[in-house]
Amino acid sequence: CSIYFKGWDKQSYGYHGDDGHSFCSSGTGQPYGPTFTTGDVIGCGVNLIDNTCFYTKNGHHLGTAFTDLPPNLYPTVGLQTPGEVVDANFGQEPFMFDIEDMMKELRSRTRLEINDFPVPESQGEWQAILNKMVSTYLVHHGYCNTAEAFAHITEQPFNEDIVSIKNRQKILKLVLAGRMGEAIEKTSRLYPGLLENNQNLLFMLKCRQFVEMVNGSDIEICYKKSIGGYSPNFNTSPRPNSPVQTSVIQSTKSFSNKGKQTVEEMNQQNVAHNGTSCLNQTTIINTDDSDVEMDISDEVQNGHGDTCMNGRNGSTNNCYQNGNSHGNNITHELKICCDNEDEDMDVDVPCRKISSKPAVERILEFGRELYSMSQRLNIDKNSNELNQKMLEDAFSLLAYSNPWASPVGWQLEPSQRESVCASLNSAILESDNKPRKPPLEVAMAHAQELVKLMSSTGLGSCAFASLVDILDQ
Amino acid sequence: MLFEMQPFTAFMNVESSRSYVDDLYSQDPNKCLASIVCIKNSVIGSNRQKESVIAQGIVPRLIYLLKDKTTKVAVRIEAAVTIGSLAKGTEDHIELLVNCGCIEILLEVLEENEPRLVDACLCCLRTLSQQSYSSTRKYSLANLQKLLNFAGPKESLQRQSCVATIISFACKSAAEQNALCSVGAHSILASLLAIQNYSVRIPVVTSLASMCWNNQVVANEISNASCKDIKIPNFLATLISRDRPIEMQLEAARCLTNLHRAGAIQAYDPIITYRTLPCLVRLCQVEHLETHRAVAADTLAYLTEVDSDLQQVAAISNQLVSALVDLLKCSSVAARQAAFRAFASLGANDEDIRKRIIDTKCLMDRVVDGLGDENKDIRLAAVRCLHSLSRSVQQLRTTFQDHSVWRPLMTLLTESPSTELLTAASSALCNLLLEFSPAKEPMIQQGVVQLLATLTSQSDPSLRLNGVWALMNLAFQAEQRVKSQILTALGTDQIFRLLADSDTRVLMKTLGLLRNLVSPRTHTDTMMALHGPQVMQGVVLVLEGPHTPEVKEQALCILGNIADGERARDHIMSNEDVLKKLIDYMTHPAPCLQESAVFCINNLTRRGEPGAIERQTRLKDLGVVNILQQLLSTSDTILFNRVKAALTQFADRLAVEYIF
Repeated sequence: CSIYFKGWDKQSYGYHGDDGHSFCSSGTGQPYGPTFTTGDVIGCGVNLIDNTCFYTKNGHHLGTAFTDLPPNLYPTVGLQTPGEVVDANFGQEPFMFDIEDMMKELRSRTRLEINDFPVPESQGEWQAILNKMVSTYLVHHGYCNTAEAFAHITEQPFNEDIVSIKNRQKILKLVLAGRMGEAIEKTSRLYPGLLENNQNLLFMLKCRQFVEMVNGSDIEICYKKSIGGYSPNFNTSPRPNSPVQTSVIQSTKSFSNKGKQTVEEMNQQNVAHNGTSCLNQTTIINTDDSDVEMDISDEVQNGHGDTCMNGRNGSTNNCYQNGNSHGNNITHELKICCDNEDEDMDVDVPCRKISSKPAVERILEFGRELYSMSQRLNIDKNSNELNQKMLEDAFSLLAYSNPWASPVGWQLEPSQRESVCASLNSAILESDNKPRKPPLEVAMAHAQELVKLMSSTGLGSCAFASLVDILDQ
Repeated sequence: MLFEMQPFTAFMNVESSRSYVDDLYSQDPNKCLASIVCIKNSVIGSNRQKESVIAQGIVPRLIYLLKDKTTKVAVRIEAAVTIGSLAKGTEDHIELLVNCGCIEILLEVLEENEPRLVDACLCCLRTLSQQSYSSTRKYSLANLQKLLNFAGPKESLQRQSCVATIISFACKSAAEQNALCSVGAHSILASLLAIQNYSVRIPVVTSLASMCWNNQVVANEISNASCKDIKIPNFLATLISRDRPIEMQLEAARCLTNLHRAGAIQAYDPIITYRTLPCLVRLCQVEHLETHRAVAADTLAYLTEVDSDLQQVAAISNQLVSALVDLLKCSSVAARQAAFRAFASLGANDEDIRKRIIDTKCLMDRVVDGLGDENKDIRLAAVRCLHSLSRSVQQLRTTFQDHSVWRPLMTLLTESPSTELLTAASSALCNLLLEFSPAKEPMIQQGVVQLLATLTSQSDPSLRLNGVWALMNLAFQAEQRVKSQILTALGTDQIFRLLADSDTRVLMKTLGLLRNLVSPRTHTDTMMALHGPQVMQGVVLVLEGPHTPEVKEQALCILGNIADGERARDHIMSNEDVLKKLIDYMTHPAPCLQESAVFCINNLTRRGEPGAIERQTRLKDLGVVNILQQLLSTSDTILFNRVKAALTQFADRLAVEYIF
């Protein structure tokens, strides 16, 4: 769309200043707007939803000039007088015309269109389908009580196998807590044959277990033999979730390589990659307190301050994260507390001695097992490569004195547990002849793909159809 | 089958309703309550049922129950709700309710502050206030204050919405506007804007709009009030956004328009130019509902009525002209009326805009149709539009002529129209009778002169003004016969009455008419020969009256024209009194009077014309030359040039004398 001369050629559109006419692919214009000249600000807006075009003069909307525009138009300006100058504003400066107001309208129009989109009778009971989608999602992710409550409120039958959901929930909690050894053990006990038949998954879980060992999150480090996972002797362990746990590797190194490291040095290191000491200290106390209660309740992952159960509680969660909190996963709340003095940390130093040495040996041993497993695992080329990569990444962690700050440190982030968790969940469900992915997530992914498709096909309303924006309302 | 059943059903209704209506008069509160609930349920949504129970005379009983403080609250509430339901019936029902004193009693009951009763009463008052019959009801200061108490920020949405609606309908004149302002309604309403609920916001904005309409004091108060630290105009500007409901946008734009017209916001304020005006123009577009378009166009007409910058912006905005033409094709009276008004405002000042409007296809046909429409409001709006468009010289000679616009206009004028229509039509007539207008001649043949002469004796000054004005235009450079026709139709008595008119504008145009009658030179003698004494008497009347110099200047100009006529000037020369007055005006403090007097002297003494020497001698004897010579020292260049020209007339003669 352009201003001068343009509009005479095919597929070109223009608004001429000398007569105020609009030109649509032809030499004869239509009376459209006022004339314009030097000093006037002329705007051209293309509405990619309606495929229309309008012009503005000095911030005043002149009305729709063209309809049914083809896609892929380019802006051009034609000048007649030599030496004439044109300033173009593509939005780098505020427009004189209130385009934002128009965008608001288009946005709310698109939204209304989506909300009011008719659902044909033939598509079945809309509300029932929606309810079903929600409840399958809840069941899939093991939100057992919520799923039950939802079914009750929406008056749906609830025929799910609650025990199965609870079992899955337990396993997934363990994974999310980084307690891979227990998770693997529980999976093979509850779903015999599942991991044996899915060696790739098992390998992935084991790799993760290795990472979590480095992280100091996996129980295996200290309590290899307490297979049950409910080990009551947990509490007897002095501060298993030691706040300054840092890396077992790191602690080991400081003992083995440097011999005696001063307490102060250690503290500094701790501050460097931990820094949440004060808060952790209090957290531990809280956790210890609650442990008493938890022991009574039947479902306890005591000792480690059970991330899953108190997962919503930021500080408790941190018990797991501490030691690998490189700043970027420290919440804002925690940062405030970081400035506290180091004194408390002295207390924590000895605990490292306790967990250090046998832990490292155990990690190395586990690494060897993992390697031999990878050697046995030679299925197809593609998954083999993936497995090799996973193994290399995991082993690389040992190469750094501070694995958290290393280039492979991302593996230690708790968020990395989520994908492992999802794979395991899907595999369990699949073994139960249930979908790997809940229909709600399939629909979400589908919608997201459709928005992308709209964009590539040139449907302008995709700009206002972002799934996140619409759900945010 | 169903049809046959109907009489039977009706019969059943009357029979079954009789029993529960009887219980209404029971002393047992429970029976009474049950009865009211039955009545309430039966009348909802049915005018026929309303008619039926009203015919059974229950209204006084309902009012009694509502009013009586000893009655159970539950019964009183149901009584209020039932009255509210009846108030949604036909106009007759509402009239009956209002005449029974419902509004007063509801207001009284509000004073009791019984919470549930308040809610029911407010809803009922809201319904009643929305009806045109009861909207004439005036609320006392105490009433307004009481109502506003129920619109505080902590009250329920329903109460706030009710009070805002009642106020928006109650505010009809400056008296209510000022009363509301004095009890602080503007700041209470302003704070209510913060409530994110359109059932409150819309009536609140409507109330604010009603309060500031044509009332500068209240408008200033409102524009200085704020909501959440945002000044009301700025807050309204946000409510105008395109993503708001259309009603919200419309009311906000209407309120801003009223604030602007009342002088609280300038025309060049971006809120007016870039928010209010574009919003209204947009809402005039075809894609909106006809009712919304009508309100938008009407508001736009008011917004752009006087400011030519706003007219120009509106005229180029969003293809407004074609949207308005489309609106003219709508069936509703409001839509067509609003479109005509908008055209009238757009074309008020700018010739280019007028041309664009008139060039729009079929527009003149629509206007001509509108002049003959059966609805009087449309006729009026069409005439006003025609008046605005008739300011174009070019259009008068072309389009107006092509469409013989004068014909329906004359028909309108002869059909004993209302004063309002007559004023608008005669204003248009003034333009159609301009010297260059081709419509002039056929209209004279249709007896326009007599029609205008009648107008000049109307009691409404604007009608007299238009009558004289049109006659003045008609007399300008007219043929002798037209002038005679005017004089005959008016009659000298009427001219004298007009010269003594209390309205200066009428007087000025009458003098203008006389001036046009006695000029140009070729007509002066004839006109003076026929009506000389009367004209001179009129001029003297004005010169002796307590008028401003601008008025007297017109009278002196007439003398100047008379002095131009070969025989006519004898009317001046033979009139000692007039001559003395002329000479006195030569030294008057007002320069415009001096200039006109000297001009007249110059015409009297022009050399080379028969009798010039005698006249010069006569004037010289009266001391004119001396005065002229004194006036040569003036700093006023116009006066100086005229004095010099006059002296030249004498100088020539003096020189000749000297030579001989």
